[in-house]
Amino acid sequence: MSLKPRFTSTVMARGRCKACWVTSGILLVILLSFWSLNLQWREFLAPDAMLKMGQFLMGFFPPETSPAFLAKTWTALLETLAMSALGTLLAALGGLMLALPASKTHADDSARAKPVVRLVLNALRSVPELVWASLLLIAAGLGPFPGTLALALHTTGVLGRLFAESIENAAPGPAFALRVRGVGEMRIFLYATLPQIWPQVISYTLYRWENNIRAAAVLGVVGAGGLGQMLSYHLGLFQMRETSTVLIGMIALVALVDGLSYVSRRWLDR
Amino acid sequence: MAAGLTFPALRDPAATGRLGALLVLAVLLWPLLVWTEFKPWELLDARSLKSTGKFLSSFVPARHDAEFLTLMAKETWRTVAIATAGLSLAFVLAVPLALLSTARLSISSLTGRMAAWPYGLRQAARWLAIVLRSVPELVWALIFVRVVGLGPTSGVIAIAIAYGGMLGKVYAEILEAGDAAPTQALLRNGAGRLQAFFYATLPQCGSELVSYTVYRWECAIRSSVVLGFVGAGGLGQQLDTAAKMFSGGEVSTILIIFMGLVALADRLSAWLRKALG
Repeated sequence: MSLKPRFTSTVMARGRCKACWVTSGILLVILLSFWSLNLQWREFLAPDAMLKMGQFLMGFFPPETSPAFLAKTWTALLETLAMSALGTLLAALGGLMLALPASKTHADDSARAKPVVRLVLNALRSVPELVWASLLLIAAGLGPFPGTLALALHTTGVLGRLFAESIENAAPGPAFALRVRGVGEMRIFLYATLPQIWPQVISYTLYRWENNIRAAAVLGVVGAGGLGQMLSYHLGLFQMRETSTVLIGMIALVALVDGLSYVSRRWLDR
Repeated sequence: MAAGLTFPALRDPAATGRLGALLVLAVLLWPLLVWTEFKPWELLDARSLKSTGKFLSSFVPARHDAEFLTLMAKETWRTVAIATAGLSLAFVLAVPLALLSTARLSISSLTGRMAAWPYGLRQAARWLAIVLRSVPELVWALIFVRVVGLGPTSGVIAIAIAYGGMLGKVYAEILEAGDAAPTQALLRNGAGRLQAFFYATLPQCGSELVSYTVYRWECAIRSSVVLGFVGAGGLGQQLDTAAKMFSGGEVSTILIIFMGLVALADRLSAWLRKALG
């Protein structure tokens, strides 16, 4: 559609008005949210509530530092790390296995399973780890095992989709060269496609591992092992000094992961 | 299959290396399996299989009577409202943090190095954002539930604090990523910091700031569901209750609503980013 120059100003005004309609819509939703939630600001900001809050926070000091408790926290920290590592590894394997049927590898590929597998991946991905964990507790009982599985399920959805996209974006030449010589699909994937997407597979997996360490730290709140389980246990019993130690462990873990990822990204970008 | 290709001369030259790597991986994997109590066969023992089967079979049909669906509609709105209110408070928190911590609006650094006081202030604001962000929102919610009691207030505050830190940090990074020249030109000619911000910095990265904020709103909806698990109301709390009561029909309804909500938020945020960007 070609517009005469003198109309452009009105078109622009209309475009601007779309933005102002959208903005006023957003403001309305924000107002409605505050109004419908009837938040208890009075209870939160009143002087005695502040005092209570202050006392509550003072209870965190000093953190519990008996060697036995520190050892327990250390074990939980290792458990959190192990959960995230194993969950991510399982997810990388699962993601690779689902990524192949979820992608159209060449022009003649009918990709019949693609819509179904994509749907499964989306479903796995849209349910958060914590929700998976609370459902898996029923099948697997309390402990780090359901937490690991929950991380694996959610991450499989995420990685499967990313891997499928890398498979579809891989240069088709090597796979074509093997295909015209009658090599089977599995070996084409292993010897032509996988070597191409391998760097992406590794970097996506490491990126998700970083996310999963953060997720694993809080996953235990529903009873799925690691630092989170200790946190909700001690907080539930109002053992504030123990809670404080666990919190420090958790923050240190997250900060360490953030720092390492920042440093390694700087190093890779150089 | 191609039988003609398998003569001995065409063996995989990297086979030993790959095998070795797999072996090392297996040895490293062992402690992980022990620490996470990885016993998949426990899922398959008769008792656990029975309870899982019973739970899963109660998923169909999903509960869909009018009373339950009305409750769900209310809780879904609540989830969205917690995310929206939390994110708008986070925005209010993040803007001053970003303005304080961005080096772009420094007047002293126009002529050589930034002076000591402004530098200290900027670092302090930056570290505040990092600290607020590094405690997960679920932990903030757990703590606030102890102080203000169950209900949406703790969820809103948790999202406001955790996302406030996150937005503040990322806003400052976005402001610093743009071209410095226009802002510096205004500052050098005697414009105030806010004038320079509104007329030079903001027009440059406005759309990026908006699209990041909308993206975070989408994330906030997801985390507001999760916050329900510690008692902050909304869909998550309903899901937690339903799972604890083993009522599979309710669980499947809530899961379907939740997936729909996430997909909808995804679409809406893509559309908003286009409309506002």
